[in-house]
Amino acid sequence: MLEIKQLVKKYHTGDLALNGVDLKVEKGQVMALIGPSGAGKSTLIRCVNRLEKATSGEIWLNGENIVKMRSGKLRRARRNMGMIFQEYALVERLTVMENVLSGRLGYVGFWRSFLRKFPQSDINAAFGLLEKVGLDTMVNKRADELSGGQRQRVGIARALIQKPDILLVDEPTASLDPKTSRQIMRLICELCRERELAAIINIHDVALAQMFVQRVVGLRFGAVQFDGPPEGLTPDVLTMIYGEEDWEATIESVDDEDDLVTL
Amino acid sequence: MIFTYCWQQISKSTTWFFVWDAPRIATDLWTRATPPKWEYISQLGKPIWDTLNIATLGTLFALIIAVPVAFLAARNTTPSRFIIRPIALLIIVSTRSINSLIWALLLIAIIGPGVFAGVIAIAIRSIGFCAKLLYEAIEEIDETQVEAITATGASRWQVMAYGIVPQILPAFAGIAVFRWDINIRESTVLGLVGAGGIGLQLNASLNVLAWPQVTLILILILLAVIFSEWISAKVRHAII
Repeated sequence: MLEIKQLVKKYHTGDLALNGVDLKVEKGQVMALIGPSGAGKSTLIRCVNRLEKATSGEIWLNGENIVKMRSGKLRRARRNMGMIFQEYALVERLTVMENVLSGRLGYVGFWRSFLRKFPQSDINAAFGLLEKVGLDTMVNKRADELSGGQRQRVGIARALIQKPDILLVDEPTASLDPKTSRQIMRLICELCRERELAAIINIHDVALAQMFVQRVVGLRFGAVQFDGPPEGLTPDVLTMIYGEEDWEATIESVDDEDDLVTL
Repeated sequence: MIFTYCWQQISKSTTWFFVWDAPRIATDLWTRATPPKWEYISQLGKPIWDTLNIATLGTLFALIIAVPVAFLAARNTTPSRFIIRPIALLIIVSTRSINSLIWALLLIAIIGPGVFAGVIAIAIRSIGFCAKLLYEAIEEIDETQVEAITATGASRWQVMAYGIVPQILPAFAGIAVFRWDINIRESTVLGLVGAGGIGLQLNASLNVLAWPQVTLILILILLAVIFSEWISAKVRHAII
């Protein structure tokens, strides 16, 4: 469904963020993207959405090359990609409801959206999603009144109301406490399963990634170093991705912490 | 040394007789200017209303033009950095650098004396001020919110309405009432050059040395300014 071929991104500063990445994500597959800071994880996601323009290479989504698209077509392609951000990226001064409905902007004309006259079906969908993420009592609160976990739930609802085929998730838990992190990861993965969404989840926390996903891709220096199931992340593989370190603790902690999980 | 030299220069260019005389003249003026001529208030209702209207309409017109200029001038929203942005900045600098009294003088020559010249003078002077503060606010917005809206497939105008406008709305409201507040004060003197409002009466009274009338006008201006300060404080409080 999503296929990335020989993707290269070089910034104006001369930094080579992505150096020929090949990646294929099937429908309904949840994939974690791990790697050290600066490995190009964010850049990869942002290139797929074309918040950054790739220097060379191809990105095929549903049979169309995103890299080559003109703006009208790009907007339609973006509707199929729900994005979830590290710092939530909600519009702080708008209400929860407005933030969720902003996910429908690609489908609604300017004046309708400007006058907040969204179709009833969109509003119903927004209420449904807010209930799903457990925020149905906060509909009219302003985004800046919410806690981190609540904000990220709004972010998830905003991405899902687009009715996307794929979720692009950039460090969803980096600003959250460990318990909320798990809840958020579980929520994302459950929703993906339920709706048969594919997802690329950038994540720092290797243990957390192993708990929830079916496939892990390790990135280093802008190239794929590892691609396989979470069980394949042996100390050797982690050394290959991150560099030399004692990895036993990181991997074992997965089993220990499992008992604590509550939702 | 320098102090002594400066003092000498100032002293040389001062007519000391007038300075020594000042307290006496001031007392004299005070006795002639008090009590204010309260009956005169009946003729001031219309001019002070004109003054308020000049300020309000002037601010409104200025904002209508300042908003697009600000978007064209802000680095992150301008369509072209090398052509349109410099033009927008030029508009800001040129309108800002000339005092509204001088704009009024020019406009009276062009469109004749009256309230309309006053409105336009206030409007032109305010464009640069409002646009400058607004474009600085636009440049300071949080880009990730804009990116998030862009990522949903929103159009350029929708990104503006959802990603940018909510972020600058408090700044916009603050700038609008702040400028309105300034314009009330500026429009009180526009009449001095014939551009309508309470200044016309002030000028007329000064010319015929009707000091009690002048006192009343000054009191009225003071009240108008206090009123505008009160309103703008209220608005700012309500929005931010």
